Amino acid sequence: MSRLRNVFSQLPEGNKAFIPFITAGDSGLDNTLELMQTLVANGADIIELGVPFSDPMADGPMISKSHERAVADGVSLKDVLSLVEKFRKINTTTAVVLMGYLNPIEVFGYKEFANSASKSGVDGVLVVDMPPEEAHDLKQNLDAVDVDFIFLVAPTTTDERLEFLATIASGFVYFVSLKGVTGAGHLDIDLVNSNLERIRKYVELPVGVGFGIKDAITAKAVAEHADAVIVGSSLVAFIEKYGADKDKMLTSVGALSAEISAAIK
Amino acid sequence: MNNYNLPDDKGHFEQYGGVFIAETLMTAIIELQDAYDKYKDDEDFIREFKHDLKHYVGRTTPLYHAQNLSQEIGGAQIYLKREDLNHTGAHKINNTIGQALLAKRMGKTRIIAETGAGQHGVATATVAARLGLECVVYMGEVDVARQALNVFRMKLLGATVIPVTSGSRTLKDALNEAMRDWVTNIDDTFYIIGTVAGPHPYPMMVRDFQSIIGKEAKSQFADQVGGLPDALVACVGGGSNAIGLFHPFIDDNSVAIYGVEAAGYGMEKGPTAHAAPLCAGSVGVLHGNRTYLMEDENGQIIEGHSISAGLDYPGVGPEHAYLKDSGRAQYVAITDEEALDAFHLLTKVEGILPALESSHAVAYGIKLAKEMDKDKNIIINLSGRGDKDIHTIAEIEGIEF
Repeated sequence: MSRLRNVFSQLPEGNKAFIPFITAGDSGLDNTLELMQTLVANGADIIELGVPFSDPMADGPMISKSHERAVADGVSLKDVLSLVEKFRKINTTTAVVLMGYLNPIEVFGYKEFANSASKSGVDGVLVVDMPPEEAHDLKQNLDAVDVDFIFLVAPTTTDERLEFLATIASGFVYFVSLKGVTGAGHLDIDLVNSNLERIRKYVELPVGVGFGIKDAITAKAVAEHADAVIVGSSLVAFIEKYGADKDKMLTSVGALSAEISAAIK
Repeated sequence: MNNYNLPDDKGHFEQYGGVFIAETLMTAIIELQDAYDKYKDDEDFIREFKHDLKHYVGRTTPLYHAQNLSQEIGGAQIYLKREDLNHTGAHKINNTIGQALLAKRMGKTRIIAETGAGQHGVATATVAARLGLECVVYMGEVDVARQALNVFRMKLLGATVIPVTSGSRTLKDALNEAMRDWVTNIDDTFYIIGTVAGPHPYPMMVRDFQSIIGKEAKSQFADQVGGLPDALVACVGGGSNAIGLFHPFIDDNSVAIYGVEAAGYGMEKGPTAHAAPLCAGSVGVLHGNRTYLMEDENGQIIEGHSISAGLDYPGVGPEHAYLKDSGRAQYVAITDEEALDAFHLLTKVEGILPALESSHAVAYGIKLAKEMDKDKNIIINLSGRGDKDIHTIAEIEGIEF
């Protein structure tokens, strides 16, 4: 059984999975490894690691800037895979999902990427700018090494496309809770709930909700109907603010994570 | 080639092109694909498009035999397709007219666009003003500073110009920011992309609107000279003016096709010194399509250089990538210095100020003409006029106004 399936199947009744997002290498790869441990200590069930890219088109200013910082430091996909490998030496239960854009994977080579991801202990991959229509080749390579392929679902995704998406997604699906970029402010709980109902007609996988979830209150509201809650920008904000003061960064990220995790469990 | 008919219905030019965008945009893109499919053969739509090109843009543009330049060079005869004579001063408006008419039919009330040098932004603001649509133009902060005149033109036309401060603060970042806007305002907003890049149907749609250039040139050449030209030359940034000229000639295998990229400070100085992905890049995915890119070994996009803001883009339209691989077109590069020399020569002997982008095509056309006999003929696409570049040129020559 894949680590991602384990995470969801082993959650106690009524508990929801907490999925924090941070960009790998933002404030340094060593710090990212410590941040990952902090996230685990404060309730993370799955960690989403952003793979730095020079042109993060779907991200808002907060996460875009974190990509820029990591790219400026020369953090590559290869570095991110080594980071996961290191993490796996100290943790074998928390699932790790890489989230990023296609070009670094395209240049790495699909087969080489799938093999290295699997070997490093990556459990799932989410490629923001690769819709299911273009995903066939990468899917074959990920399937071959049992790495889950996670897809985004948007409020604008039609039923017809949901049906198609359900045939190739694995692990969980990621519902983008609003029309906008990461970190935007206009979360609409009713819209989220009606969409979750619609998604579940077609998709049997767990559904995580992300974009626009900032704190324990919004997380709790979303968790009422979702299987997992994804939080990115408000954690990345601490990395931006306290990147030079590691202790403060770890404490702040840990505190917010603990609060959110407690609210959904 | 024979019966060339790419892209396929998924927008692929063999391995290039496609639809590589976030899920949030998929429904909007499918809606656009359907709308374009519906209207591209619609008689009313075509009639309105042609009417506007004639009465508002000022087409047909001349195919001008540059006799003085040809004589000066002493080789092949040079013909200039005068896109610089269009309303707003470049070929860009052929496309914005088409897309704005489509936006109107789709019931969209708000137009967004990205711009580098500002020509596409001006062409978009112009059609938005005429159709009474709200218009927002994203422009890198660096370009806002170096193209102040065009920024003011857009503002006069009623557009809101938003300086983009992310990334390298140039054209590619303006495109990223426009995509972010589109994701957020997807219900009422139409994104007018200015070049033959982006997710399908943009590369095909923009090509179709721009192919009026090649269709006119082909029939004008047949009337003036007879038969077909021996070679076509056009500059390539994203590649919209070039594909506009080339496309109607792709099946005419006797016609040699040359796309001219920006060699900037010189190809030998490495990837940050030029903007020539077809000549020196590698295959990747950016801004919705697979194509040749300027990128490093980790897949990060490299910001290049060209004296011409319109050629300073790290990607290129996917159809050009296909034409390169298939061998049907050849791609070459011209340095800043060569382009400037061509700018001065054309200005001096023909009284025509070419845009710095177009000056790259002129420079390569001159090289090519020198190697060809006097009874051979070359068509160079003079994609825009040079008035917008006067400040850049004055600065290089140390002149203050």
